[in-house]
Amino acid sequence: MSTPETPSAPSCSQLFWVFTRIALTSFGGGLSGWLLREFVQNRKWMTQEEFLNGLSISQALPGVNVKNMAVWIGYRLLGWRGAIIGFVGIIVPPAIVIVLLEAVFSSLSGYPLTHVALTGAAAAAVGLSLSMGITAARAVPRNAIPMIIMAGTFVAVAILHWPLFWVVLVAGFVSVAYAYVKGRVDE
Amino acid sequence: MSETPHTSLLLGLLAVFAPLSLVTIGGGQSAIADINRQVVDVHQWMSQSQFVDAFAISRMAPGPGSLLVTLIGWQVAGFWGAIVSTLAIFGPTTFLIYAVAHMWSRNGGARWKRALETGLRPVAAGMILAATYVLLQAIDGGWFARAVAFASTATLLFTKVNPLLLIGAGVAIFVGLHAMSLV
Repeated sequence: MSTPETPSAPSCSQLFWVFTRIALTSFGGGLSGWLLREFVQNRKWMTQEEFLNGLSISQALPGVNVKNMAVWIGYRLLGWRGAIIGFVGIIVPPAIVIVLLEAVFSSLSGYPLTHVALTGAAAAAVGLSLSMGITAARAVPRNAIPMIIMAGTFVAVAILHWPLFWVVLVAGFVSVAYAYVKGRVDE
Repeated sequence: MSETPHTSLLLGLLAVFAPLSLVTIGGGQSAIADINRQVVDVHQWMSQSQFVDAFAISRMAPGPGSLLVTLIGWQVAGFWGAIVSTLAIFGPTTFLIYAVAHMWSRNGGARWKRALETGLRPVAAGMILAATYVLLQAIDGGWFARAVAFASTATLLFTKVNPLLLIGAGVAIFVGLHAMSLV
């Protein structure tokens, strides 16, 4: 490993524009790849190791990964101001876009074709959701307990319609406790 | 913006989305099944077909998919509904990641972090699959919609196509089917 270059800190407005641009040009995922390219490779504001630490924490914690990542990066670069900039930059501009998009569709809602088009879009988007589910399921360890937890979560939410909050609280606790104990045995 | 929605409605949005914020593990996608249930069945803020339309719009828009919640807030209670819903779904986890980022400089915390990662994986997978199942049930268009969904899944798993392109293809297919009076 070569010694990492000392990253230079960005200014508040630089940071805000990078987050905004990434938020507005990203569609349907793949955002962490963008963030890596902008912050580590192009601008060298942080080291790759620091970035990957943030990424794994952002994925492990609840919350939208990219928003977690933006807050993490912002905090590492500019402290609490950076965290606020990360949050606002990644959420507010696309929030405005989505409301404008909705206005366009509702002004067209008199035409039956609008609902047909949205149904087609939703069908393709459900396919996106299923492919993510399959990818996530593949990453689950091939052991009885994690498999039972995955199936149990599915049945509780999809079939039994139990409240997600309590399902995740219980399933998450059992599953993390199991992983922790198993990690200790494996060592 | 001109109308002032009832405070109780805003509190209702807050009460639904803030707890969900803390259980969106592996991205906002995982909470969609429960958002659907709460918004359509429990509170009856919108119809099932309005919900599916909003879901479709949220997938076409840039940024995090959880902006679906912003859109729901907007439709249910206007400007303040959008603000309250956005803060409710994104806010609590922001404090969480902030606190962890702050503590991170002090200790590396390898073991608990690994347990958290592998432990939450099955729960996240179960939730995303549940969301997919619920949406497949909710969508109009019957087997045509399911066929488009499965074709889109296969394309995404085996190619590196841009998801937005697939959504465009879904629109084109359904407009075509409509022209042939099939949907």
